[in-house]
Amino acid sequence: MTATQDRPAAEIGKDRRRKEDQRLITGRTRWTDNITLPGMLHMAMVRSPFAHASITSVDTEAAKASPNVVAVLSGKDFGAELGVCINAWPITPDQKTPTHSPMPADRVAFAGEIVAVVVARSAAEARDAAELVDVEYDELPAVIGIKKALEDQVLAHPDLGTNKSALWVFDSAEAGTGSEVDAAIETARADGILIEREYRQQRLIPAFMEPRSVVVDPTGEQITMWSATQIPHILRFALAATTGVPESKIRVIAPDVGGGFGGKLQTTPEEWIAWAVARRLSKPVKYTETRSESLMAAHHGRDQVQTLTLAADKDGKVTGLKVHLDADLGAYIAVVGGGVPVLGAFMFNAIYKFPSYRFECQTVLTNTTFTDAYRGAGRPEATYAIERLMDELAAEVGVDPLEIRERNWIKHEEFPFTTIAGLEYDTGNYEAATRLAKESFGYDALRAEQKERRDRGDRVQLGIGVSTFTEMCGLAPSRVLGSLDYGAGGWEHASVRMLATGKVEIVTGASAHGQGHETAFSQIVADRLGVPFEDVEVLHGDTQIAHKGLDTYGSRSLVVGGEALVRAVDKVIDKAKHLAAHLLEASEDDLEYNDGRFTVAGTDQGIAIQELSTAAFAAHNYPEDMEPSLDAEATYDPVNFNYPHGTHLCAMEVDTETGAVKMRKYTCCDDIGVIINPLIVAGQVHGGLVQGIAQALWEEAVHDEAGTLVSGSFVDYLLPTSADTISFDVVHTDDPSVCTTNTLGTKGVGEAGTIASTPAVVNAVVDAIRHLGINDIQMPCTPERVWRAIQGSKAGGATETPPDAMPHFKDGALNQDEGAGQ
Amino acid sequence: MTKIELTVDGAAVSDDVEPRMLLVQYLREKLGKTGTVIGCDTSNCGACTVHLDGTSVKSCNVLAVQANGRTVTTIEGLADTAEGELHPVQESFRECHGLQCGFCTPGMIMQAVDLLGENPDPTEEEVRLGMEGNLCRCTGYHNIVKSVLHAAEGAKA
Repeated sequence: MTATQDRPAAEIGKDRRRKEDQRLITGRTRWTDNITLPGMLHMAMVRSPFAHASITSVDTEAAKASPNVVAVLSGKDFGAELGVCINAWPITPDQKTPTHSPMPADRVAFAGEIVAVVVARSAAEARDAAELVDVEYDELPAVIGIKKALEDQVLAHPDLGTNKSALWVFDSAEAGTGSEVDAAIETARADGILIEREYRQQRLIPAFMEPRSVVVDPTGEQITMWSATQIPHILRFALAATTGVPESKIRVIAPDVGGGFGGKLQTTPEEWIAWAVARRLSKPVKYTETRSESLMAAHHGRDQVQTLTLAADKDGKVTGLKVHLDADLGAYIAVVGGGVPVLGAFMFNAIYKFPSYRFECQTVLTNTTFTDAYRGAGRPEATYAIERLMDELAAEVGVDPLEIRERNWIKHEEFPFTTIAGLEYDTGNYEAATRLAKESFGYDALRAEQKERRDRGDRVQLGIGVSTFTEMCGLAPSRVLGSLDYGAGGWEHASVRMLATGKVEIVTGASAHGQGHETAFSQIVADRLGVPFEDVEVLHGDTQIAHKGLDTYGSRSLVVGGEALVRAVDKVIDKAKHLAAHLLEASEDDLEYNDGRFTVAGTDQGIAIQELSTAAFAAHNYPEDMEPSLDAEATYDPVNFNYPHGTHLCAMEVDTETGAVKMRKYTCCDDIGVIINPLIVAGQVHGGLVQGIAQALWEEAVHDEAGTLVSGSFVDYLLPTSADTISFDVVHTDDPSVCTTNTLGTKGVGEAGTIASTPAVVNAVVDAIRHLGINDIQMPCTPERVWRAIQGSKAGGATETPPDAMPHFKDGALNQDEGAGQ
Repeated sequence: MTKIELTVDGAAVSDDVEPRMLLVQYLREKLGKTGTVIGCDTSNCGACTVHLDGTSVKSCNVLAVQANGRTVTTIEGLADTAEGELHPVQESFRECHGLQCGFCTPGMIMQAVDLLGENPDPTEEEVRLGMEGNLCRCTGYHNIVKSVLHAAEGAKA
């Protein structure tokens, strides 16, 4: 359907202000915690302070006697109706998977795990009473950290007999996509360049701004759950699958959801407990976590040790890459836990033509908060590793890091290109993105300044970091997911309802939580159907309205959900054409569709889509071979991922005396195919950049040796502020590499900034001080680590973050504020 | 319980509250002013920012009893939105795409209004420092900063 493309005021490509903003800027919001129902009770959780312990007794008497407490329940008070937290992606058939009860009765496996719930008439009374629940524990040895876990001396789950959960392997020689990597390594060792590195992907916390919250109302015929979730449909399925309630009796609603970043791509113990308690008491219940609970018990992300071997010839042409990952799953295997690092398998080769490749991922269990998706999910880790290695290779060969990339990347005329990891990249133009990024960044001038400062021996050195990334997004072709043993498909569903008054409702199975679907999807429909942008209403996030869907994550909503929408709209137009031909007494072949109106070629006869909606509603006159309805739906299963890419350039200043680092400039040129709304795209890029930059410079979730999360509040977990960050230079190519596997030509953008930026920043920091003999700084690149690297006291700046809380949290320490007590 | 009387978004209100009740809890739980939200428990995030006698405060850091006899303005009372009005800073956040999920937005806007009241013509640096107490995870601050500068620019025109 190309008839609408010549409309003068095309919506696609327009920087429409967002429809959803009016409510959000005036406080007319429906966050889950805002929901209050008659007779609603409030829950507070009792959580284990120990990382690993047997529960010997739970005394609830004092809590039960506390004012307005309705119930106090521990694990032994529940049976099978409590259900179980699922792992939807066992990465190997022999994966060791510990049973994950929402509230274990016998043993806790991480600090923060729930052992009891208090239900009271108010949240404050529930929290007061939670303090009175007396739990006796027998502390067990806890295993913290990947290296300890691999030793198998202390076990996170003694009954499993090992901490090693699964080993997943891809080998290009075995898969037939390339040659033997060990041969390439031996050749390089004898007569070439071999780069061997170990990189640490520190543990991060998604830290969405809205704490998780859940309300369950069991008083209707269907039990309704409101949850601050990214995945209402998967949540509904999992509730049905594990708690014995038929799916048809479950309604899940994701109302306004305040950010997710993968952190709300989870089916949580808190949701399962709220579900069980509401059913037990036959009353609506609410649970909203505190921020401290969120940081401690909502899933974490990343946490890998990457052992890398890159083989190249003397000119810097890569001949092989060998990757071994050890990935910390935490105490349990969360919904897609083990699958996250495996996603990286397809991305380590990035934009390059590698003749041989081997990837191994060993997942391990530890007594820490479980890990799962965080923005990028496996792909940032892979991109970091390869983009850091390409800089190391450039240094080894003695050429500019962009030059070494160009020697290895897929040239634009070589698309479509099947990679060593077995993916087919449809389109891309790395040359164009790089050219534009360099220009906008002022690359040559900054290189000149760098040289000048270096020659002068300036105290503040300048470093330039490069990251030329690609990613696979639009999760995912269902058959591919099936081949990887994922428990569901990757399709998306959309429907279009043509209302009697001429307005249009579209229903999507994607579930937005800040992405602006209401606006972008309205633009798509306005263009394609030829109706005003304002007349399109986007409905989502309620399983009784959007009954089919696979939700929002993995940069999939536009590229998969948008395509489902396009197809549903096209079906509407087909139906409408049939009705129009009948009403206009014309042949369908003579009808043209333009600007929402069918016209009979060569005449002034015509009828608008809105008139056809009304005619279908009245149903007084319609063809006998059709139903009186223009509504349509479509389910779209993508045939391929799509592959946005970009060149990111970062300039960092490093104070060689103090180790302080400061971002000077950041430019990125992302090629994401056709852009629906440039304003929203820029926002996605900015936000993504800061999350990736934060991994490079600030954020780390740290457990002490006993397994206590010491970065358990926003005082200790360093989320960047406006004062820490700069404004970014975001550009796009005029002639984007249009995606060939969806109608609109779009590619994903939600994770791009996060995936690309981390290595750009660290490459810049290392570049600033490489002349001092430094080739790595462990993330986050704190001033202390940079300073230590410069001092040479710890080679490579690979110092572990000391597992201490801020001094003011130490027992008995005096208030550290200057002038306190005076 | 302690009796408090105050003005919230132009309306006189009176309640008996526990002395330990935070102003943000009072606004949300007693008055249903759910436009103001709670994002943390350490007064770091600023999502609960309101104006107390015209000055921005984090309402998780003020007891309800401390607001006795005073005037509170929340995001819901910043402009007569029932009449379709927006405060220029609200308008500016929309214009510059200064929000995504919108959870931090009420606090951001309230802080920005206070900042511009004190410094009507700030530099980017001054905006970045002035907004430092409000956390956002979606926007990377780029468009929030732009929104505040845009509002300042608009006020000059």
